[in-house]
Amino acid sequence: MSEAATATLDEASGGGTWRFPADQPLRLDSGAQIAPLEVAYKTYGKLNADKTNAVLVCHALTGDQYLASTHPVTGKPGWWTRVVGPGLPLDPARYFIICSNVVGGCMGSTGPASINPETSAPYALAFPVITIADMARAQKMLVEALGIETLFAVVGGSMGGMQVLQWAADYPEKLFSAICIAAAPRHSAQNIAFHEVGRAAIMADPDWRAGAYELAGVRPDKGLAVARMAAHITYLSESALQRKFGRELQRDGLSWGFDADFQVESYLRHQGSSFVDRFDANSYLYITRALDYFDLAAEHGGVLAQAFRKARDVRFCVLSFSSDWLYSTAESRDIVRALNAAGCRASFAEITTDKGHDAIFLDEPALDSALRGFLASAAEKRGLA
Amino acid sequence: MSPAPVREDFREILRLVRPGSRVLDVGCGEGELLELLTREKGCDGQGLEISTKGVSACLARGLAVVQGDGDRDLDHFPTQAFDYAILSKTLQQMREPKHVLSELLRIADKAVVSVPNFGQWRVRWALLAKGRMPETKALPDPWYSTLNIHLCTLHDFTALCDDLNLRIDACAALSNGKPARPIDPTRAIENWRAETGLFLLSRKSDPTTAAPRQDLFG
Repeated sequence: MSEAATATLDEASGGGTWRFPADQPLRLDSGAQIAPLEVAYKTYGKLNADKTNAVLVCHALTGDQYLASTHPVTGKPGWWTRVVGPGLPLDPARYFIICSNVVGGCMGSTGPASINPETSAPYALAFPVITIADMARAQKMLVEALGIETLFAVVGGSMGGMQVLQWAADYPEKLFSAICIAAAPRHSAQNIAFHEVGRAAIMADPDWRAGAYELAGVRPDKGLAVARMAAHITYLSESALQRKFGRELQRDGLSWGFDADFQVESYLRHQGSSFVDRFDANSYLYITRALDYFDLAAEHGGVLAQAFRKARDVRFCVLSFSSDWLYSTAESRDIVRALNAAGCRASFAEITTDKGHDAIFLDEPALDSALRGFLASAAEKRGLA
Repeated sequence: MSPAPVREDFREILRLVRPGSRVLDVGCGEGELLELLTREKGCDGQGLEISTKGVSACLARGLAVVQGDGDRDLDHFPTQAFDYAILSKTLQQMREPKHVLSELLRIADKAVVSVPNFGQWRVRWALLAKGRMPETKALPDPWYSTLNIHLCTLHDFTALCDDLNLRIDACAALSNGKPARPIDPTRAIENWRAETGLFLLSRKSDPTTAAPRQDLFG
């Protein structure tokens, strides 16, 4: 660890921003480098003396490091307080839990809104295109900087699950176990298509200014909100939308205009407008691009099992949700079959729910009990009290 | 809490399986057998189970389990990944029992397979005397709700083993609640008497001469 590396800690939980010196750049898949690199992170619990109880949680597309603490912008509870906390499957009394903002993000890690050292202005579109592997590489740098040799577990859902798979492919020797929830080994044509709609909405906003909106003192909020609205539909199942909203109206009678007559419209508009307060439009472009570029098999001669051939000592748990059509059970099965073919020790369960992809974050007792069972048995094998 | 008494077929399987071996339990249910194998024989166990309830129970017990279908998902396991593959009383529920049986012995060096004997005298009697589909202790459900679609007699099963070039290393007759009784499954009398047959199988041909499958990765 370089002496130039510094960390700032806050009081509520551990964490802060790790600033890697310029001579420790993040080397990207594209060939470009990011230097200096900053990684913003939160930690919960204490690292044990053997350093064997560290858990890395990887966040989803629009998530961040505020895993189990109040979000500084929205004031809302952390995004996974259902799973991380006292008495919960990831208990800080037992584990040292780390969650870092992905590179390219907008909550403190280096991203398109960060200052480009070459121009002293925000990177905007001068920020290099990043990949899921680049995200995992930055996480690995942080984990090593924190003095951790091996992670007890790497855990993530959705895009976080893809980072988990990437860890298993790239750094299997650093993992004891891996939990991949509602993810896929590649982005499908449909996944890419939905992201393209979101990016097109952002770019169509006149305030986007070819990415240089920050210098102009404006924000493409309208475009970003539409992107969020389109994406949000993919996080819910058709039956959950029907159950929650049906054709219920906001007011008595129709407006005979284009106000939000239906409750589902109002809900989506709210999702869009609240999202822009906490997210950066260029980050959205870069992170969706990283997802679209994700194809783990392609990095291994088109054979997914090859990606896991060095991960035979890692204990895997793959979970999917029956009503998730964004990253469906079929895609989790592809992951499991590849793990089996590679001779890895894998558990897989499809959790029956009508909540769609969003079930990762919602009240889903079957998810809790699967996580609890898997983690407890892995912890026992790892010798964690 | 005192542990529940171990089922007789599980007791026999525990006896057959070498300590410390790698075991795949196909149709592992809620993982009772896997847990016994792990706890009492130090086995490295993996389950395959179709039901959500079973899978959840296995995960809660800390067992490695994959939710999947024995008919379809065995193809994805690599050759000789396990020492034993266990298929307890479910071969007759498979769509393609012959394929499943040969897959078990591709994946594992040995297979432990139990099948209800449709040649047992109670079954024959029910059909002969009453002219109705038999309902016995081993086959408790009526024809319209049973999951059994490929029933066979002990002799049918041994003929299939011959067909697949499998060797029967051991066989025991099981009946509800009674200790397992070693038998020669090719004898006609056993085809009358046994309620369920439990077989330990291996390949007759030298496994090292069999070409490893190259199509599994992908």
